[in-house]
Amino acid sequence: MGEMEQLRKEAESLKDEITAARKAVQDLTLQDHVAGTAVVGRVQLKIRKTLRGHLAKIYALHWGTDSKLCVSASQDGKLIVWDSCTTNKVHAIPLKSSWVMTCSYAPSGNMVACGGLDNMCSIYNLKGKDGNVKVMHELAAHTGYLSCCRFLNDNEIITSSGDCTCVLWDIETGSQKTVFAGHLGDCMSLAVAPDFNTFISGACDYTAKLWDIRDGQCRQTFGGHESDINAIGFFPNGNAVITGSDDASCKLYDLRSDQELITYQDSSIMCGVTSIAPSFSGRLILAGYDDFNCNIWDSLKAERVGVLSGHDNRVSCIGVTPDGMACCTGSWDSFLKIWN
Amino acid sequence: MSSNSNLTSMKRTVEQLKLEASVDRIKVSQAAADLQQYCLQNASKDALLVGVPAGSNPFREPRSCALL
Repeated sequence: MGEMEQLRKEAESLKDEITAARKAVQDLTLQDHVAGTAVVGRVQLKIRKTLRGHLAKIYALHWGTDSKLCVSASQDGKLIVWDSCTTNKVHAIPLKSSWVMTCSYAPSGNMVACGGLDNMCSIYNLKGKDGNVKVMHELAAHTGYLSCCRFLNDNEIITSSGDCTCVLWDIETGSQKTVFAGHLGDCMSLAVAPDFNTFISGACDYTAKLWDIRDGQCRQTFGGHESDINAIGFFPNGNAVITGSDDASCKLYDLRSDQELITYQDSSIMCGVTSIAPSFSGRLILAGYDDFNCNIWDSLKAERVGVLSGHDNRVSCIGVTPDGMACCTGSWDSFLKIWN
Repeated sequence: MSSNSNLTSMKRTVEQLKLEASVDRIKVSQAAADLQQYCLQNASKDALLVGVPAGSNPFREPRSCALL
């Protein structure tokens, strides 16, 4: 087919154009720029709290905007909202489906959401009149598992799915406002930009994509990983993206220069990265791994500056409080630990 | 016809690549400088980086933290 062959050639030539354009702005590498900067000193965080109560593997956690409450999801079929200071359980929400893979706390604190192998995103109202937490909406349309969800506000949530798409939902009507299609593999993780105008997704096609929330376009695609991207996050100023992959490395991609700036890897680390979060200033990157540990990286110098060892099984999720005061790790060992 | 849908799909891929190719790019030196600048400016507020004095650590006893 003449036209197909022509299109294929055009696609290849465009890919080469992108590679060349990225190289053209590479007047310096990040490593060159920070050559004169010292690595941060050894970071030694202590476990301040252990949140006990889940009876099975924890798959996800998300901090509330108050930096005190957080929600966790476990395959024991429960969502628990914790007061992280007192370790009290503020809510213990039984789920219809125990195969949960993700949870999210709404910025307002009024709702939480979760989903997993049921292919749905269930929204729970925490502030119901009678004090009971009930399912408020069930967002169903994905044809694959729900891997991640993040609220934009009380009426909009973005989900990522094993069906290779991400979706922006109108919670009230339960309808899909926008479908973000383009990934060629399961979408594993998503993160919303600090300005709420864009979001990024990481997938099993080894790429991360930046999406415009309002017009639905994929603006940029970042490759380089050699296996599934399991975790993704924004650098705090919104100008860069950090990813964690099954290829045992994390990467930092800069959005404005449209390229990978640095890789965080060590020959002694041979297991996949499950979760990732930047510290408040972005200088530290905390990443959870399959080998039960969490490594802390100096984001500018790409050196490992600390380790969080405290779990007896895979660290599946990690989150730093919005105020930067502490980080929480969640594990298949059923515990959550708060560190600072 | 499956060849038509392959064609449509390929056309979409080419359109998407054109969009991604046309993005404005700043120099890496500028991007690196801005990243480093942000880290430096916010370092003092980064508790995991600089530590938290025991008295003002909401996760340490004997202080309890108030839920606002």
